[in-house]
Amino acid sequence: MTIDPITLSVIQSGLQQVCDEMDLTFSRAAFSPVIAEANDRSDGIYSAEDGSLIAQGAAGLPVFVGTMQYSTRTLIEMIKAGKVAAPKPGDIYIVNDPYLGGTHLMDVRFAMPVYRDGEIFCWLSNTGHWPDTGGAVPGGFSASATAVEQEGLRLPPVRLFKQGVLDEEIYSIICSNIRVSEQRIGDVKAQAAALLVGEQRLARILDRYSDDTVREAIAELRVRAAAQMRAYAKLIPNGVYTSVAYVDSDGVVDEPLEIRLAITAKDGELEFDFTGSSKTCMGPMNSVLATTMSSVYLAMRHIFPDVPISAGAFEPLTVKRPEGTFLDAQYPRPVSGCAAEVSQRIAESVFLALVEALPDRVTGAPAGTSGNFALGGFDPERNRGFVMYQISGGGYGGNVDNDGLSNGCSTIGISKAPPVEIMEQQFPVLYHRYALREGSGGAGKHRGGFGLDYEVELLRGHATASFVMDHGRFGPPGVLGGKDGMPNSVTIIKSGQKIVPEHLSKAQDIPLSPGDRVRVGTPGGGGYGDPRARDREEVAEDVRLGRYTEEQIRELFGA
Amino acid sequence: MQEKSLQGAGRQSQVAGIDVGGTFTDLVLFDSEHGTVRLAKTPTTLDNQATGVLNALDAAEADLAALDLIVHGTTTTTNAVLERNLCKTGLITTMGFRDILELGRRTRPQAYGMKGDFKPIIPRDLRLEIPERMDARGNVLTPLDEDALRAAMQDLVDDGCEALVIHFLHSYANPAHELRAGEIAAEVWPNGNVTIGHTLLSESREFERGVTAAVNASVQPLLRRYVERLADQLAARGYRHDVLVMNGNGGMVSARHVAAEAAKTVMSGPASGVMAAAYTGRRAGIPDLITYDMGGTSTDVALIRNAEPAVSNEIEIEYAMPIHVPMVDVRTVGAGGGSIARITPAGLLQVGPDSAGATPGPICYGRGGTLPTISDANMLLGRLNPARLNSVPGGPTIESIAAIFEEKLGRPLGVSAIEAAAAVIRIANTRMADAVRMVSVSLGEDPRDFALFAFGGAGPLHSTAIARELGIPRVLTPARPGITNALGCVVADLRHDFVNTVNRPLHSVDIAAVHEIFAKQSAEGRRLIDKEAVAIREIREICSVDMQFVGQTHLLRVPLSSPTPTIDELQARFEQAYFHRFRVELSDIRASLVNVNTSIIGRRAEIDLSLLIDAGSRKPTLVEAQTGTRKVWFGEWMETPIYWRDNLPADAVIHGPAIIEQMDTTIIIEPGDIGNQDHDGNIIIKLGAAQ
Repeated sequence: MTIDPITLSVIQSGLQQVCDEMDLTFSRAAFSPVIAEANDRSDGIYSAEDGSLIAQGAAGLPVFVGTMQYSTRTLIEMIKAGKVAAPKPGDIYIVNDPYLGGTHLMDVRFAMPVYRDGEIFCWLSNTGHWPDTGGAVPGGFSASATAVEQEGLRLPPVRLFKQGVLDEEIYSIICSNIRVSEQRIGDVKAQAAALLVGEQRLARILDRYSDDTVREAIAELRVRAAAQMRAYAKLIPNGVYTSVAYVDSDGVVDEPLEIRLAITAKDGELEFDFTGSSKTCMGPMNSVLATTMSSVYLAMRHIFPDVPISAGAFEPLTVKRPEGTFLDAQYPRPVSGCAAEVSQRIAESVFLALVEALPDRVTGAPAGTSGNFALGGFDPERNRGFVMYQISGGGYGGNVDNDGLSNGCSTIGISKAPPVEIMEQQFPVLYHRYALREGSGGAGKHRGGFGLDYEVELLRGHATASFVMDHGRFGPPGVLGGKDGMPNSVTIIKSGQKIVPEHLSKAQDIPLSPGDRVRVGTPGGGGYGDPRARDREEVAEDVRLGRYTEEQIRELFGA
Repeated sequence: MQEKSLQGAGRQSQVAGIDVGGTFTDLVLFDSEHGTVRLAKTPTTLDNQATGVLNALDAAEADLAALDLIVHGTTTTTNAVLERNLCKTGLITTMGFRDILELGRRTRPQAYGMKGDFKPIIPRDLRLEIPERMDARGNVLTPLDEDALRAAMQDLVDDGCEALVIHFLHSYANPAHELRAGEIAAEVWPNGNVTIGHTLLSESREFERGVTAAVNASVQPLLRRYVERLADQLAARGYRHDVLVMNGNGGMVSARHVAAEAAKTVMSGPASGVMAAAYTGRRAGIPDLITYDMGGTSTDVALIRNAEPAVSNEIEIEYAMPIHVPMVDVRTVGAGGGSIARITPAGLLQVGPDSAGATPGPICYGRGGTLPTISDANMLLGRLNPARLNSVPGGPTIESIAAIFEEKLGRPLGVSAIEAAAAVIRIANTRMADAVRMVSVSLGEDPRDFALFAFGGAGPLHSTAIARELGIPRVLTPARPGITNALGCVVADLRHDFVNTVNRPLHSVDIAAVHEIFAKQSAEGRRLIDKEAVAIREIREICSVDMQFVGQTHLLRVPLSSPTPTIDELQARFEQAYFHRFRVELSDIRASLVNVNTSIIGRRAEIDLSLLIDAGSRKPTLVEAQTGTRKVWFGEWMETPIYWRDNLPADAVIHGPAIIEQMDTTIIIEPGDIGNQDHDGNIIIKLGAAQ
């Protein structure tokens, strides 16, 4: 090694800064609230050779931690194979094809080569969740799609910007196929602006330290990140660790999908084997390989948060390709549920497998669903259509230090839910309650956090309700003797009658009339440790604060 | 009333600013009639901050009967919130929504790691619901159930609550129910500690508005008791006037009124430092500044454009604790001199984010610290005066610090203790520069357009290196960097901020109605300033609007030159501001007017900052101001002259390498840089070529 460790640290923080600044630029300038408010985006630097991850923004959406290097890698391979036009300086590719290293269609990736002396030095890439990319339902989360064409417009890698200029022809094709297209130009410009900022900032680092030094630093940082992950993985004694996690259904066929995971730990290397998981499914709960791998990485990073986000950190983690299962979907399998739901269940399977080996770091299962409730309809008072999304959090698992957090955001996300007052301003609805879901936290020495309990009424016009949620059949599992959290519950109250969807947590286009209501209870977190070992004062406090009834306490905590 | 206005009209020649910090209570007393300044630094008395305040006045030998004005910055409310040392407070809210304060917005404390803990500011059993409901347009859906309201209030009184919050859904759209509940509280509630949600913040978003109100209520009795006791004690010693208290917006308000909006005093200490920086910069002819306040346990950064600090309405003082009232936008970016250096499992040197804090603190404090910190690295490299170590008998020595650096950092990195210390400084400066850059970029500004204003005990040790990293050409270190917050109290203006929500597409805005809002805001601000017993030199009015493109969620603050803009002018100014911030032109998309804002600022008499350093202590030549030399590491050991700040000649020009020491900080001038002292005693360092 010739590069000194201090320069190495400085270059590492410089590369990180480039990515953080791209994240910031993207969010600040973006239009779509999904990007601007919910930070459903990510920016990073990828190698010129194979697209492997050099650095990625710290504030990026966790589920993108592993996908973007596959997306960039696939693009580089396609260029080499002549399947995609070769780049010129100033070109920016757009792609959202899930099977080419993506997630679902709504996650649109931009990629731009960075040139030094006429050669590509590296790639900058970002992903942003567009509010719509066409398809059968607004927003793209169709719970009953059976082919990707129903989910929206699929873009292969094409150069949307050619030598710095937007290609109006390609853009017009996109705009003709998506909803609320007039606002998308704001997101497109923001997404491209972020890459240009990254290019400028990166050039400063290269000019200052020289291309060769930075190249050497990148190689060395990769080696060191791998060493760090190995050091952590060695905390897991050699052996095989297994778990099973369940997705309620695929939304089309009403039977649970199983994720069977066996992790083999050997001297700081971990192999993740999903053999035996359910076959490819009819409905949109398939996951593409990139998302499956990313879910494993993000779960490991939840367990070891200080490992840098870099290809090196992934090196000791091998994911065996789960061919034939719903975790390795091929065209034309529908995949809209993979980024939001299946990814969280994969992460859960990793947590459940490792909790006994790492009881100080891993928690009881978190609620693990994004809680997507979409209401689309017509508002006669405003004389226009509307699409409303209510995402919601749930309880986190108890852990060695604390009870679980209540109403935490999804495992794979970092996004805030909208306030009730904003929802009522924008849509013809009225919330009757938005409350802690009492009794939902899984019992344990440290109990799970509580889910959310809300009830909302359609005020006028007509609308249809769709749900893409999970953990409706089985609650998030407790660990080390802890009990499961309460399962997700959806109830539609139509003309005074209560209806529960056939698939419990998933349903498509249930018609609502004014006065009809939807009530949702999101899952509580899994408990941690034997409930009978819970501090009796804490048990009493939970009763005093109305979190559990006396009866629940007797039944769940053995008091 | 008449007596007050007479006082207000009178000349206020003796003004004391007193800031209570975490460790020290600082005082600066300006006597403009006699042209003198007195300073004092006494330990903060945590149980009752008033004791420390009186001690500081004693230490400065202040004659309270002769004082015309005392302006006070207090951390009473900040500490109460961060330590959850709050008054027992009850909440009454809309049926179905009592858990809003506990549920938050569906977040977790950090992006990675599924652990986390959150304690709501009001416990669940003290959050009661009653029947009442407005819709989003302010129509009554369920009338206010006054019997249920009275019963709920009685329950909370019986439970021993001292303060009350009324927080109803959509009260920003129609406050009638909240106002009626306030009337009933005035009859029923046993004291004046009642916070009505919309009066503090009249914006939608029930969690943020509710937390702001709940914070206000639960610190209100504490602040009320504290300022009343302080005012009594000061009066007992002969002080005859109002005490003024600093707010987080950088303005001050009478102690008689401050408790009503107690939440506004949270974070007032850092705000006051930024006000002093803006004032100093304006007098020095450097109105665009990034402040860099590095102390022992934290580093704060703020941005000042044209002598006006950036203000934010959306400060979150800790995880899930938003306080949405206008405050000077001060961001904490690091752990200060106590940041710990370590080698990561990947074999890389890392500095922070954890800190040795005040106890045990860095090794060089001699309080039992054993982990290498930024301060210790400064000591090893001769940047801090090693003679200070000897004041602790049996405490650490340069050798013992070097041994720890050698063992914990040098050996794993394969370098000497000195090289390890230099690496700690380099990495720390890089990280700090990155953090400063993120703050300026997030506000849409390029750091190269600013000068760095360095204060706090450790700020001037690092500021030139950070400025160089950022491409900032100049660093300004004020005369008394260690009492900047107290100075902020002395120079602060009276200030009232108003925000009214319009939230309409620009083309459908009734512009006459907007003009009327501006006029009302202005009149209300002037009325409030008239009420204060403070001499005012002039009243300034700052008008702005918050706008966005339709469909967007982020707001952009657009400054206006008059309170009577036309629609076209709003559109043009918005597009201009948007381009400046994002470098994106979007003229095809419609704009929307969200908020109409006015700040009314009552400016006080000019304070002559040149008094901060006693002219009598100045020596005629630089040589005479020199106290000696010592070896300092600048990539190699260099014999470096050391100067005593108070002794510098008025027009000193100092070529680096040099070190300037003073009571409250150490300034480093690196080789190639040149420091110039200006008329106010600021040292302005021009950076030489990059090294």
